[in-house]
Amino acid sequence: MSRNLHLNIKHLTRVEGHGNIVVNVTDGRLERCELEIVEPPRFFEALLKGRHFQEAAIITSRICGICSLGHQITSLKATEAALGLEISEQTRLLRQLLIDGATIQSHILHAYFLAAPDFFGKPNAFKLLTTHKDVVLRALRLKRLANDIGDIVSGRAVHPITPVPGGFTRLPTETELNALLKKLIETGRPDMQATVDTFSTVLDDIPDFTRETEYISLKNADTYAFYDGDLFSSDTGSATVDQYRDWTREFVVPHSTSKHCRHTRDSFMVGALARWNNNHEQMLPAAREAAQTLGLKSSCHNPYMNTVAQVVESDHCLEEAIAIIDLLLTRGLKPEKPNQQPTRYGRGIGATEVPRGLLYHDYTYNRQGNIVAANCVIPTGQNLANIDADMKKRVPEILDQPRETIQKELEMLVRAYDPCISCSVHAIQVTFTGGAPPA
Amino acid sequence: MRSRPKVAFFDFTGCEGCQLNKLNLEDHLLDILEQVDLVEFREAMDETAESYDIAFIEGSLSTPSCIERIHDIRRRTRILVALGACAATGGINALKNIHPIDDVRETVYGSEKYRFPTLPALPVSAVVQVDYEINGCPMSLPEFLNVFKALLMNKTPDIPDAAVCVECKLRENECLYDRGMVCLGPITRGGCEAICPSFGQFCTGCRGLVSDPNRQAMLDILTDHGLSLNDAKKRLLLFNSHSLNPSSGLTH
Repeated sequence: MSRNLHLNIKHLTRVEGHGNIVVNVTDGRLERCELEIVEPPRFFEALLKGRHFQEAAIITSRICGICSLGHQITSLKATEAALGLEISEQTRLLRQLLIDGATIQSHILHAYFLAAPDFFGKPNAFKLLTTHKDVVLRALRLKRLANDIGDIVSGRAVHPITPVPGGFTRLPTETELNALLKKLIETGRPDMQATVDTFSTVLDDIPDFTRETEYISLKNADTYAFYDGDLFSSDTGSATVDQYRDWTREFVVPHSTSKHCRHTRDSFMVGALARWNNNHEQMLPAAREAAQTLGLKSSCHNPYMNTVAQVVESDHCLEEAIAIIDLLLTRGLKPEKPNQQPTRYGRGIGATEVPRGLLYHDYTYNRQGNIVAANCVIPTGQNLANIDADMKKRVPEILDQPRETIQKELEMLVRAYDPCISCSVHAIQVTFTGGAPPA
Repeated sequence: MRSRPKVAFFDFTGCEGCQLNKLNLEDHLLDILEQVDLVEFREAMDETAESYDIAFIEGSLSTPSCIERIHDIRRRTRILVALGACAATGGINALKNIHPIDDVRETVYGSEKYRFPTLPALPVSAVVQVDYEINGCPMSLPEFLNVFKALLMNKTPDIPDAAVCVECKLRENECLYDRGMVCLGPITRGGCEAICPSFGQFCTGCRGLVSDPNRQAMLDILTDHGLSLNDAKKRLLLFNSHSLNPSSGLTH
């Protein structure tokens, strides 16, 4: 087919941050097809220069408002590894609970407010109010509930307050946890079930597209990995977290202020679908049932299904949150002060599964407890090469369709990855030399 | 009947956390949406508009194109509100202003630095006239609601200007200095109900400084409580690099 097609979708809507989709087809030949990243850089690593270990997580949580908890926890893990700060089992459980809340919050926001308007044929979620008010209200309720976890355990869901190196500055009370548990069971469970039902009605609108790729996530022998684990690739198996630079080999491309990444192939995928593909056997039973209802197969190579995997993971996180609170209440909360007495000064790496995939923070501290080198590798940056590769396969497959259909399908594809562009451009490797900044 | 005011939200250089926070208003959000005509909000909707009654600006200005866009928005809007620390004070972005800008670009992007034009991160008021500022990182939702409601009723919003310490005392918190911590509450603008000290964490100064801050007294307190003078200055700059160090923000 000898078609000409030139798409330039500027400042793609309903994604976090600023990106453009550019497609050029001349005489049926695909010349250019890519997601341009045009977000202004913020130079976060420069901001960290000379900063004390008590300030690192305060600064890095500001990389992103949607992922602030993920950045904070990962930052704390890197700092604790670098300074040899041990944390208690209780701290670990509370952090896992926070990750469950943040994951539900982020996935629900994406599935309902950013992705769902495409399925319902609306330009935005507010327009759904007239036709599907119950759906919008349910989405807001679930988001509120997920934020309640953040508010109660960390003081605030956006830019959390209480998680600090070595523990928490304040613990939730048992009364607060009991009230939260009640809400998760009484309104969370029915709302989550209704969410699964709603998304099961839009499966026909999810494009039928397959491109097998390498799937990378954490893997943990005990649980569906979010808080920690080893690196795992669907191609090469396991590795320790300190191998992360080889697993995220970064390269500069001209069309993006965020670097691209590769491991063994030209691209790989991280995020809900990658986690599902690698770890679905460890998912809690309720969520596996949801996966069945939503037609999510145990090995799924359709990136559009990432949104569905997010819904399934939300269900898992809800059940995990209920189980953790139950356990904390059974054991009783012990008053603990954060452990902030360093036993060493050096380099530490934190790796966490945050809503969009695998996040790494890597800090080196001097003997004053100030940062001398920092590197953060962000899930969206790791996915960018894979998004381009998907678009390059998809465009020729649908080139006989009307221009509007092609545009919509490509927008949906990028949205399915739930890219967080603010994050992706704000963390690029840097090593500092010299001492403290001028004050 | 008067038509509903046209409201728009714009994001510049920032984390979009304040935008996200608005979705956490839930029921209030729907009530407000009934009172206004929401005409532009890229993160949540596809549509755009030509002019606005109220434009909320989130994020700092940090590239030449940011400067162009903000002038354009100022021309189209009747009222302009800076929303959140990045827009109101430069926030955490402005930390980069204390380093020479070329060093920052070079350390981060190396030889590729010329591909990424950047300016010092500026609050909106450094470039165009700002009618109101809502502080905080993230902004406080009750404060946002108060300002929004006041504007819809053509009233002048009340912007808090007492120190965080005042609100902390009203909540009867134990002073963090008495617990061996250092805190920026004494010179930081309140309005947050002292949320961080109430949760056992020191005030970071995210809401900017009170209108008449005693910097020297603050430095004395910090050094009396164990920080070196250099660490005390660094702590003050965490969220206030622009206001405390304006020359570095404007002359590079």
